[in-house]
Amino acid sequence: MLYLARRTGFYVVTGVIALSINFFIPRLMPGNPVLSLIARFHTQITPKTLAALDVLFGVHHRAGLWAQYTQYWREILSGNLGVSFTYFPTPVTHVIGSSLPWTLVLVGVCTVISFVLGTVIGCVVGWRPGSVLDNLLPLSTFFSTVPYFWLGLIALFVFGGLVHWFPVSGAYNTSVPIGWTWQFVGSALYHAILPGVTLVVSTLAFWLLRMRNMMVTTLGEDYVLLAEAKGLSRVRIMGMYGARNAILPNIASFAMALGFVVTGSIVLEVVFSYPGIGYVLYQAVSNEDYPLMQGIFLVITLVVLLANFLADFCYVMLDPRAREEA
Amino acid sequence: MGVTVQEGHKRRQVTRAWRRLTHSRKMFVGCLILVVFGLVAVFGPLIDTRSPSAMGGAVLQGPSGAHWLGTTETGQDVGAQLIDSTGFTLMVSFGAAAVATVIALVVGVGGGYLGGLAGEVLSMLSNCFLVIPALPLVIVLAGYLPSKGGVALILVLALTGWAWGARILRAQTLSLRRREFVLASRVSGERGWRILLSEILPHVMPIVASGFVFTVIFAIVTQSSLAFLGLSNVNTWSWGTMLYWAQTNEGLQLGAWWWFVPPGVCIGLVGMALALINFGIDDVVNPRLRIVARKRHRLLRRERVPETQPVVVKGTGWRPASAGQASGDREVVA
Repeated sequence: MLYLARRTGFYVVTGVIALSINFFIPRLMPGNPVLSLIARFHTQITPKTLAALDVLFGVHHRAGLWAQYTQYWREILSGNLGVSFTYFPTPVTHVIGSSLPWTLVLVGVCTVISFVLGTVIGCVVGWRPGSVLDNLLPLSTFFSTVPYFWLGLIALFVFGGLVHWFPVSGAYNTSVPIGWTWQFVGSALYHAILPGVTLVVSTLAFWLLRMRNMMVTTLGEDYVLLAEAKGLSRVRIMGMYGARNAILPNIASFAMALGFVVTGSIVLEVVFSYPGIGYVLYQAVSNEDYPLMQGIFLVITLVVLLANFLADFCYVMLDPRAREEA
Repeated sequence: MGVTVQEGHKRRQVTRAWRRLTHSRKMFVGCLILVVFGLVAVFGPLIDTRSPSAMGGAVLQGPSGAHWLGTTETGQDVGAQLIDSTGFTLMVSFGAAAVATVIALVVGVGGGYLGGLAGEVLSMLSNCFLVIPALPLVIVLAGYLPSKGGVALILVLALTGWAWGARILRAQTLSLRRREFVLASRVSGERGWRILLSEILPHVMPIVASGFVFTVIFAIVTQSSLAFLGLSNVNTWSWGTMLYWAQTNEGLQLGAWWWFVPPGVCIGLVGMALALINFGIDDVVNPRLRIVARKRHRLLRRERVPETQPVVVKGTGWRPASAGQASGDREVVA
């Protein structure tokens, strides 16, 4: 449990650093673009909103830096991230709240599918090194380094443009009323297939290659030899002796992998016009909507931290050493 | 001190590693692809003098003799754009990776060697930057940048891409610090920076190299994503901006596959070449993978021999499992 406590401490510190980066970026960058933004919307902004923006982006530098910093924390902790200018005058938190679920479900489900699928295949392939996959290596590295959004463009071109199997944009059929009906969920699933499959295809190779390599290394250990000598069944050796140990580094490096997935899916959402947080971030940037931009950066970072914490939790469940370690 | 014996041994080891490196097929293919792209970047614009921005009469045409890779909506030649983009794309990626590697060296090796509070703080910092997702941060930074030229891009990418290298370098330095040869030179009164430069640095070079290659891949993908979103200077030709223009001018809806396929293929090819180089480096510096593969080989053979027959080793169709060993992602104790 000490392990989890230490990790929790680490995530709290990382969260504080991320929030501080968020505080310093607009203040350190030359010129303050928020100022011109406010000038443009001057007639529509209430004094209260203006004060909040001042605290969040340091437009007027009335107070000292430390006073600004504490004030900034007070605003963030009370859940105030300013107003969005793209969707004026909707608060940033509302915009994020309506787009985040789409991304969470799509990226979350696809990451889990890709992880499980890649791990299982990698496990089987790693059992017999020198098989077909090794010859496919250049191809799989090609797919793991090509940007997700480019694969998305190709998928869109082929399956949306040439053969018209799938819709080319949006997350649901707009003529269907929103709600928990079969019709709506069905249309949402139908719209999620193309971006989802693209996401799984682009991330699968990463997990697969890693699992295969760790499997090859693990199966060379002496305790695996012992298990074979004892005449244990292959499934047992592969699962309990090989895979259980080989999977640990994969979970431990979840953080880095998740960074890539988040990066990839932000752009992927733009390609598919999927109304998730990546698409909104793109719109925020195109419209120079700084409050929305920074709010999304914060929320994405916090969600990633949370996902990493969950991965750590799985790690503790799988690795007794992490439980025992002082 | 038996310097000569030691040095001779060291030299033999280096020669052997070098031979293994140059004989690696993956390394060769990876380098070959990179060299081709490098030549295109340097000499391409000199040979192919057509301007990538020049508009022509032939609009939105597929590949033909006159335009090898077809033309865009405004009659620009896709091939000329591709050649002109190579230089900028590679320059930014390698530049960013170089700056990031320097930061990683200072933070990773410096922090690992110093230890103590400074080391802990630096380690914490790199772990934090590893967890904070890079692209949203890059996007926010790029959104505030007044100039979006090559240098600004390099700095932003380096600032967000150094953490991984720093982490693996720190782990390696921590283990080196307690090795006997480092302790020996410390006891013999060598100065700190000299130990760092002549004892530790040579031993982390393979990790520096593979970290560098890994960062180039990160930089090329992130840079392209940024350009695709229209967040870098869209008037500078790079593979990402080509995709941006293809997307903005609805190349996809018009069915102009020759417009957006080539830049992506180039990004993928360079990424593949770099990954192959990393595999090559890994095969050389990570003997554990080789030994394990050999051991497993013996095991498998034994398994396949039927019990009732005399022990005859048959060919199992097994080849060295060198293909596809973990590269930049060697496991690390944080």
